[in-house]
Amino acid sequence: MSKFPFARFAASATVAAVLGLAASASAQQQLPPIKVGVLHSLSGTMAISETTLKDTVLMMVDDLNKKGGLLGRKVEAVVVDPASDWPLFAEKARELLSKEKVDVVFGCWTSVSRKSVLPVFEELNGLLFYPVQYEGEESSRNVFYTGAAPNQQAIPAVEYLMSKDGGEVKRWVLAGTDYVYPRTTNKILEAFLKSKGVAQEDIMINYTPFGHADWQTIVADVKKFASAGKKTAVVSTINGDANVPFYKELANAGIKASDIPVVAFSVGEEELAGIDTKNLVGHLAAWNYFQSVKGPTNDGFIKQWQTFIKNPKRVTNDPMEATYIGFKMWAQAVAQAGSTNVDAVRQAMYGQKVKAPGGFDSVMNTNHHLSKPVMIGEIQPTGQFDIVWQTKGPVKADAWSKFIPESAKLTADWSFPWVCGNCVEPKFTALAN
Amino acid sequence: MTSSVFRRVSRILSLLAALLVTPMPLAAQDLSSLVARLGESSFSEKIEAVEALATLGDDRAISALEALGDGRLNVTAEKRVVILDGQKVIDAITLEPIAGLSPESLDRVVVNNRLRGAIATAVGKLTIFSLDRNRRLAAARNAFRSGTAETAAILERAITEEIDSEVRAAMAFSLNAARLSFGTKDERLVAIAALSGSSDPEVRALLGRLRGSADVDPDVLAAAEKAMERVESRLELIGYAENLFQGISLGSVLLLAAIGLAITFGVMGVINMAHGEMIMLGAYSAFVVQQVFRTFLPPVWIDAYLLTAIPVGFVVAASFGMALERCVIRFLYGRPLETLLATWGISLILQQLVRTIFGAPNKEVANPSWMTGGFEVVAGFVVTWNRLYIVIFCFVVLASIAAVLRYTTFGLQMRAVTQNRDMASAMGVRTARVDTLTFGLGSGIAGMAGVALSQIGNVSPNLGTFYIVDSFMVVVFGGVGNLLGTLVAAMSLGIVNKFLEPFAGAVLGKIAVLIFIILFIQKRPRGLFALRGRAAEA
Repeated sequence: MSKFPFARFAASATVAAVLGLAASASAQQQLPPIKVGVLHSLSGTMAISETTLKDTVLMMVDDLNKKGGLLGRKVEAVVVDPASDWPLFAEKARELLSKEKVDVVFGCWTSVSRKSVLPVFEELNGLLFYPVQYEGEESSRNVFYTGAAPNQQAIPAVEYLMSKDGGEVKRWVLAGTDYVYPRTTNKILEAFLKSKGVAQEDIMINYTPFGHADWQTIVADVKKFASAGKKTAVVSTINGDANVPFYKELANAGIKASDIPVVAFSVGEEELAGIDTKNLVGHLAAWNYFQSVKGPTNDGFIKQWQTFIKNPKRVTNDPMEATYIGFKMWAQAVAQAGSTNVDAVRQAMYGQKVKAPGGFDSVMNTNHHLSKPVMIGEIQPTGQFDIVWQTKGPVKADAWSKFIPESAKLTADWSFPWVCGNCVEPKFTALAN
Repeated sequence: MTSSVFRRVSRILSLLAALLVTPMPLAAQDLSSLVARLGESSFSEKIEAVEALATLGDDRAISALEALGDGRLNVTAEKRVVILDGQKVIDAITLEPIAGLSPESLDRVVVNNRLRGAIATAVGKLTIFSLDRNRRLAAARNAFRSGTAETAAILERAITEEIDSEVRAAMAFSLNAARLSFGTKDERLVAIAALSGSSDPEVRALLGRLRGSADVDPDVLAAAEKAMERVESRLELIGYAENLFQGISLGSVLLLAAIGLAITFGVMGVINMAHGEMIMLGAYSAFVVQQVFRTFLPPVWIDAYLLTAIPVGFVVAASFGMALERCVIRFLYGRPLETLLATWGISLILQQLVRTIFGAPNKEVANPSWMTGGFEVVAGFVVTWNRLYIVIFCFVVLASIAAVLRYTTFGLQMRAVTQNRDMASAMGVRTARVDTLTFGLGSGIAGMAGVALSQIGNVSPNLGTFYIVDSFMVVVFGGVGNLLGTLVAAMSLGIVNKFLEPFAGAVLGKIAVLIFIILFIQKRPRGLFALRGRAAEA
């Protein structure tokens, strides 16, 4: 007899709890979820790099929901596959913005895909977070660039090679894949090298098609170029799949990093996973983040990623870190603005600060680029990088390069009174929202 | 009173200081303190320590230096410098195992390229008098790179004591190189004369540097100028040989990729757009076999994985090919457009299948040790082992295919079916079965090609797309239905491409080759070696 009341109490408590849960769940359901668009290629040539970024966004969304969502609403990812097809990027962007009505988009890898979606985002006033290092010379009101601009990657890397620790390089091979990012970067680098007194005959520029597989001639040419009696280095903007045969040829031809170091801007931990790195030890890469950075934020980031992807061997890389920073900043800005309205979020973005896995506070500036530290890493037999040099603190991005005469006079600043991505003088416009 | 106490105290202090400055075993103390400094965090500190160790001349430092260069030198939590040897932790000087230290607790000492250069020089100095001949040889060759006045002095001493002729030659070469930069006028002239017989690009670099420096005697300059010309003309000749080998190598890659297609498309007439994916399946077989060897077999076996992967790649691709023929292609014989579309669809399905199973990122397929690196034919002309083996493998494959077609019953039936299907059928040949087997053979060869190509390029789901266009180009250019034509076409395209590339660049070179083929096909639509007679009408 005495058992019953307790049982009844327990039962009613359970019912109440279940009802309570259901009630709170339905309260959440009344508000529609915040939609996050993911515009990364999941098939085709670029799937190799972009699939990881899609998973990174999903991880961040998952994390945000576990912490109770944003503005009391759930966050939902809308994933589309632009299939490494540049015009399809524009179509899918339009679909995300006008059909799915997403509040923000994380996406694109190659510069050509970004250039293809740019008009769509500007027309529909969308918000794009672009997480990859790129050639700069752009600042759109609708894009936040969380990867490096040339002065946060290419120029410091070349300066490092010119320094005593880098080997006092005097002769330069600029090798790249034949498209907009390497061509613009090499144009900036060439102007920079000349400003440092490097003669034209000490610069060799070489372009190869996407997916170039036969590197014998170029590796032999580099060897010949290097035998002129001056310390030579290769600055590589070779992109994607062409890197593997390039490094294999380099290693087998017996070119050691201590003779001719190669510094790459598109080779990170993920790319090295496809190469046997035993014979590449000492070649360099310049990024704003390496997995080998020591610190609690990075340890947490790596652990979160490996748990999410259920593989303790998966690596992290710079564009993933840039996605992480961008996502955190967007979430902070939305929370601060109290709305997902693009104009409100944009205003709230300026000055947002995130503790980056790279070990510093990254800040979003009014030119829509981040301040980030620059690091030089050396390839290790494990497929990881040893950080051999880094800047003392974060470096502010130049959206427009100082070394190209046409762009040196341009300013990118989306705050009053400039309100412009490529101004010569302030615009004082009311567009400042 | 106070002054005497003060004097006494100061005397004791100075005694103590003297004791600290001059400890009993001087060298050992220096050695261990210098080795300890290798664990510092600043690169310039480490370089100073390395240089000091080289000057100290104690060869107990060699293992610590080499460990530092290989990234095996570690620092413990108590700042003790140790070497990690596999899973064992050993002392950096005595090389005695140290108990109670786990590899995970250690902090690896970071090295950069400048430090690596300093280590190589230091190890060279310490091993030039080594008892091991190979070490002396390595040191003598290494001294060439770090040519300083000091190196010259050491080499002069070493060369008088040397007994091995090869080592002595290497020493003389390096000595001349060092004298070229730091010697007197006469020494320089002698060195130039001795070096002008070399074709090493490094010699050209040295001569170039000499020409560029300011304080050079005009006689020396003239001699250097002349020597440079000789070296350069020799380098030019070597350049041609190099181009030729590169052309043959590129040709062999094209040929390997195209042989399978020469059978499926050339002999059977099936426009097989999934040919590239058969190559990709072969490459992934190599990856899987490698992983199996790494996981289940002792490490000594790993070098043999590639030999196992060849038949595995053949079987995997051949089974896919036969399944493809049985399930799809046999319903589409005589309808080229549908075949083209169907096989293209299949190629996309296979790509996505592999992407789903193995993931989108590239897979690492390592060169076995016997395919790593290369050898110098003459100084400055390196032939890499992986490319050489692929050239050989490609000819072996081609010869075996030719033999199968010529000497086996299956080959006979295959030729009979392609030449006159009805007649062969009337003679009792099961033509459908022969079709399947032929398609399997073509696919299997593509699979073997994939195993070989995994040694020079990517292993990724898109692998096949890089080869499909080139393969069709070779087969069409060579003449459909003709293995010899495929061989000649692949080799000539490879060589032409490689001779064009230095002038035109990789992008324009490729365009030029494509334009040439288009024009050629206009003139001779049936390719280089057209089939004649009744077979050609089929």
